[in-house]
Amino acid sequence: MTVDPRQLRPSYTFPPATIAEIHRAADQGLYEIRGSGAKRRLPTFDDLVFLGASVSRYPLEGYREKCATGVTLGTRFAKKPIELKIPITFAGMSFGALGAHAKESLGRAATQLGTTTTTGDGGMTEEERRSSKTLVYQVLPSRYGLNPDDLRRCDAIEVVVGQGAKPGGGGMLLGQKITERVARMRTLPVGIDQRSACRHPDWTGPDDLTIKIQELREITDWQKPIYVKIGATRTPFDVQLAVKAGADVIVLDGMQGGTAATQDVFIEHVGIPTLPAVRLAVEALKELDMHRKVQLIVSGGIRSGADVAKCLALGADAVSIGMAALMAMGCNKPIYVEDYQKLGTEPGYCHHCHTGRCPVGVTTQDPELEKRLVPEQGARWLRNYVTTMILEVQTLARACGKSHVLNLEPEDMVALTVEAAAMAGIPLAGTNWIPGRG
Amino acid sequence: MITVDLASSEVRALNQCLHDLRPDTNERAFTVTNPLGKHAIAAGLDAPVEVTIQGHVGYYCAGMNKHATVVIEGHCGWGVGENIMSGTVRVKGNASQAAGASGHGGLVVIEGDAGPRCGISMKGVDIVVGGSVGHLSAFLAQAGRLVVCGDAGESLGDSVYEAKLYVRGRVESLGAGCVEQPMTPEDVAAVADLLARAGIKADAKAFRRYGTDRSLYNFHVDHADAY
Amino acid sequence: MCGIVGLFLKNPALAGDLGRHLTTMLVGMTDRGPDSAGIAVYTRPDGVLKLTLFHPDTGYPWREVGGQLGQALGVEDDVEIKANHAVLALKGADEKAARAWLARHHPEVRVMGWGRAMEVYKDMGRPADVASKFHVGAMGGTHGIGHTRMATESAVTTEHSHPFTAAADTCLVHNGSLSNHNRLREWLKRHGMEFETDNDTEVAARYFAHRIREGATLKEAMEAGLKDLDGFYTFAMGTADGFAVLRDPIACKPAVLAETDDWVAMASEFRSLANLPGIAKASIWEPAPAVVYTWSLGGNA
Repeated sequence: MTVDPRQLRPSYTFPPATIAEIHRAADQGLYEIRGSGAKRRLPTFDDLVFLGASVSRYPLEGYREKCATGVTLGTRFAKKPIELKIPITFAGMSFGALGAHAKESLGRAATQLGTTTTTGDGGMTEEERRSSKTLVYQVLPSRYGLNPDDLRRCDAIEVVVGQGAKPGGGGMLLGQKITERVARMRTLPVGIDQRSACRHPDWTGPDDLTIKIQELREITDWQKPIYVKIGATRTPFDVQLAVKAGADVIVLDGMQGGTAATQDVFIEHVGIPTLPAVRLAVEALKELDMHRKVQLIVSGGIRSGADVAKCLALGADAVSIGMAALMAMGCNKPIYVEDYQKLGTEPGYCHHCHTGRCPVGVTTQDPELEKRLVPEQGARWLRNYVTTMILEVQTLARACGKSHVLNLEPEDMVALTVEAAAMAGIPLAGTNWIPGRG
Repeated sequence: MITVDLASSEVRALNQCLHDLRPDTNERAFTVTNPLGKHAIAAGLDAPVEVTIQGHVGYYCAGMNKHATVVIEGHCGWGVGENIMSGTVRVKGNASQAAGASGHGGLVVIEGDAGPRCGISMKGVDIVVGGSVGHLSAFLAQAGRLVVCGDAGESLGDSVYEAKLYVRGRVESLGAGCVEQPMTPEDVAAVADLLARAGIKADAKAFRRYGTDRSLYNFHVDHADAY
Repeated sequence: MCGIVGLFLKNPALAGDLGRHLTTMLVGMTDRGPDSAGIAVYTRPDGVLKLTLFHPDTGYPWREVGGQLGQALGVEDDVEIKANHAVLALKGADEKAARAWLARHHPEVRVMGWGRAMEVYKDMGRPADVASKFHVGAMGGTHGIGHTRMATESAVTTEHSHPFTAAADTCLVHNGSLSNHNRLREWLKRHGMEFETDNDTEVAARYFAHRIREGATLKEAMEAGLKDLDGFYTFAMGTADGFAVLRDPIACKPAVLAETDDWVAMASEFRSLANLPGIAKASIWEPAPAVVYTWSLGGNA
């Protein structure tokens, strides 16, 4: 007897994925842990568009009429600010979450592109330091692998308060990825499920962060810029407090930001999207007269040159990419399809970084799988992808009459939906209306 | 002997001078007067010198210490010797929170009491406390040894990994995944050695050992209560 | 996030130096609180009701208003003007009536504090500037508390600065961040409390005032706070004859206490205590989490 498909009524409240999750929780008695970022539908930069040249605004010609892309980070206090050739950096991702080949690819590409890559919640690897001309070193609540020698040989220090995927949560790495090398770097037993702190061990709150930042400056003789990284939640307060605590640069990660492993409930239900976060951060900086004096790097679901350009237009000084960089290196590529299937997923749907069985060799510690990512190739892919984004940004900027990409401004854009208009503080196309602002 | 008076000079100048010392320097002994509770004094040292601070210091004194011997003749604020790699940091008075936090090696000696979270996140440092420690000491302690001659506050060794904790006095309560363990002859010898290096007199046999039962090493629903 | 300080003189001979020491302590906490500062000073009470009032306009007609109020209550009035604050002394007046009159006739005036001993001064600006504006250095008295502010969740304005006055001669300073202040504010409003700001510290101050009004002692009120207030805090509370210190059970915000035969002092960091007379011989310790410490002029806790 065949089922009449017209009789199959799906439930909006309990769709198949929700029912499956309830069955899984009943089986396992623990929250779902996975990698990647928020998968639910969220407002993105897609609903902002640029107002290109016309009778009232004139474009720049390609090639001959330069559209510059250089940015300087850390001008507030550091003796040696960071000079970026492009306003795109690679976000902090740990060795442990990623394999050594992936970290090396990122380092090489960053060097070739004239930008930075960032260590993660596991410390600095030699490959990373060797291959990255300019390296940002994270100081996280866990303090895994943190040491003054790496602090002295990095180019900038990033104090991590939180990240977009899990603001308020600490690092997580499951036993299958705690190999000998990872365990040694983190001073952990091999094969355990890493439990990490969500607060720093020796300071809590911006008043004590102020003192901690000063200590880091003292140890490094005030040479290097200090970044403060926050997940986007109470953004206006957080940005102002980071400024008052003495940050040179603020890194703001929206809820679309990825992770290699955390609770699904954290990823999907905590934090605000990157779209409103950028605007809130820029307004907060302007209120303190610190816009462009304390630089703002924005991340969380940045995918294309269009996204980059829109972040810059909203007032960011640069963006950071994490998941997109992994995708450039092969994440979710339709190759080794049987290996995706062994994980219970398919290319295009995979978020299984936490398993350590990454079919394309990026977020794995398994040497056999790692062979699938050759660092030279990974670096080339990254370089091509980021170069594509930069060309896209320049295309958009030139069309808006800009000789420097940082001259993009909010007035170069309009919004296509009421939601995006309200969140980004950009008027709805065809109107002067910004919902929420009267 | 070089003396620096922080009543009339800045911590920045002191630290720069100490950082500029060459490994083969003849200047090996420094005295710092009038610390006045200032922060980050002698932070980031990387040479086998001796720094004696006459008075009370603020936060992060001797932070990330390597090779140096730093003696504080008074009390200290938060995070004394935080992330120490090697060398010795000695506090003659009391230490505030997070003494020896995330330390990787070397020795931290607190002759008086240490506040809450002593040895939090420790990664190989040895800490010896002549007095008592506050609550949540050795929280997430991964490696190294903590020796407490007095008492320990609530939740000692919560989420402890492989660090070894030795307490002579009363333990108010143990944290998640931390249990009492038998003192072996090796433990007694280790404690005796640490006490000797710390210059603190106590009978090593009077200490009890605490450490991980490894129950929280892998996530399991039966341990949901612990979270 | 902030710095807090408190000084309680056991030796009356030091009364004349109270303001000078409080100023030094306050300035020591500038890094923790560059946005605004405030201070509550307790002078020897002589039975006269004092109201510390604020209006942003330094040309405000305080004497006129003071005269009107004195007349309305049938008492003598005296007005001392300090920058944008004024201390209105009303001999023999009832404080409820005085405050009600002001609320009705001059709602533009903000009452910073009231009582027989307490004066409260707070304003935006760096601590040294705020202290000098109100001549804190020249004030004498028995005890005082102070605060330097780095605003966490609410605005930087004069009204949002600490100390917050909860009741006569009772005020509160706070270092930390409460996480359930919105619900508590609603609950307190239902119990008749009125709020001037959206600041979490004001909620705590009015919570304690509510408990005290219901019959609790200062210690009992603060202990009740351990159950009802959620978040991270170090509190210092000033009262007519003493002061109290309390840290939350997690105790991630700092606090240092120092004591000699002459005084008891409290600060967020030792830096602020480093220049007190006799500090070299003082006993120095940190308050334990979830324990109320109190000192009073009548006898010590």
